[in-house]
Amino acid sequence: MELICPAGTPAAFREAVDAGADAVYCGFRDETNARNFPGLNFSRDELKAAIAYARQHGTMTFVAINTFMRAGREKLWHEAVDDAVRLGADAVILADFGLMAYTAERYPDQRLHVSVQASAANADAVNFLVETFRAKRVVLPRILTIPDIARLARQIRCEIEVFVFGGLCVMAEGRCSLSSYATGKSPNMNGVCSPASHVRYREDGRELVSELGDYTINRFPAGEAAGYPTLCKGRFNVADERGYAFEDPVSLDVMDHVDLLREAGVSALKIEGRQRGKAYVAEVVSVMRRALAANAADRPALISRLRLLSEGQRTTSGAYEKRWR
Amino acid sequence: MTVPPAMAVPLRLIPIPAIERATRLVFSHVMTRHPGLFDRLGEHAGKRYGFFPSDLPVGFLVEPAKNRISVHRKADLPATDAAVTGGFVLLLGLLEGRLDGDAVFFSRDLTVTGDMEAMLALRNALDDCNIDLPSDVGSLAGPFAPLVRRAAAEIRSRVLPKEAGQWN
Repeated sequence: MELICPAGTPAAFREAVDAGADAVYCGFRDETNARNFPGLNFSRDELKAAIAYARQHGTMTFVAINTFMRAGREKLWHEAVDDAVRLGADAVILADFGLMAYTAERYPDQRLHVSVQASAANADAVNFLVETFRAKRVVLPRILTIPDIARLARQIRCEIEVFVFGGLCVMAEGRCSLSSYATGKSPNMNGVCSPASHVRYREDGRELVSELGDYTINRFPAGEAAGYPTLCKGRFNVADERGYAFEDPVSLDVMDHVDLLREAGVSALKIEGRQRGKAYVAEVVSVMRRALAANAADRPALISRLRLLSEGQRTTSGAYEKRWR
Repeated sequence: MTVPPAMAVPLRLIPIPAIERATRLVFSHVMTRHPGLFDRLGEHAGKRYGFFPSDLPVGFLVEPAKNRISVHRKADLPATDAAVTGGFVLLLGLLEGRLDGDAVFFSRDLTVTGDMEAMLALRNALDDCNIDLPSDVGSLAGPFAPLVRRAAAEIRSRVLPKEAGQWN
């Protein structure tokens, strides 16, 4: 199985390549990709240099152009595809059907991957994209169990890529409107979930309070590990109880199930984290590379090194292993 | 690791202009060696960034648009658009991109206040710049550069793994 690794900057890209990534995914410095955070991402020249570096080391480069086009501004997304193809991207990762159509028509030989943002999670949806746009791979949302993935793999005619480590989006990606509800901006349209422009942290006594727009997301008591200020991982008062309504502030880790994923027909394992620093990328990619080469019995010890890098300093197997409340 | 009081206390006695002169020398040298450092800031280059080491009696204000750093006593910290507070060694580790900012934040060893978008832009800009303080500062030492570089790298290797070891 391929190891697909994140890079938000050229420095992180080189770290991912050096640490043993089979492919590195990244995006342009604009709203065409779902990690459109300030100071992050690649100019055209930076992507050109990154692809050259990756090729020297036998690593592939995937370019995520995975937000949804806005009517009247399609040119921005079309140019992103044009430039990714021209610069030699090994694959483009797309979510918008219109952009898939543009790519399939203009660049029939370009390898096209279906982004998790496309929310293609059943055989009919995936096969439609394979037949219509010649998609070669689908990145599945983090809402399926491993048996679900195995069933799907038997019914579709393309490769499967799944997230195995990093930030855990618990929603049907591409269809989640929580960030949009709180801030007016979403990963789907603007490339930002819980945008930093709407985030505030403040100390209240011994508590750390995180706020998103007009909403208090969490109050972390002294000594409790903190998390990102996303609504899906907020601690709320519901009836008489205070707790996490959707999910705790945790990260995904399904490396304990990597053999099951292989048996299920998964072709590629994806690490989330384009918004993380190069130190994170270097550490996670090198540990994951070693874990994939290790015996199943040795993997937990290797992966446990990464827990403290994770949101809330905890990890979960999420929906892959259906123990969800 | 926190800076031992024996090293922090003398900073109370040294006049601010003297600390500032040394700080500006290093800052200007780092900027010369990494001219694109602030390119990623975009609209956030005009913001005022505070770096407040919790274990030192002084804080630092960086103004990218003016290419300027200033030093202030803890009791007289300036207004900032965004500020980060944490141990001095942690802040240096973040400056070099050797520590992951999110991980340090999750662990509560770091506090970030103010304009998150600006601070995120700065974090990403620093992360991409490959600042290497032993090498950058060492080159200021003329004929003693190799010696200073080695000594600084040795100090870093002793303190940073301990810090990183908390989450690695």
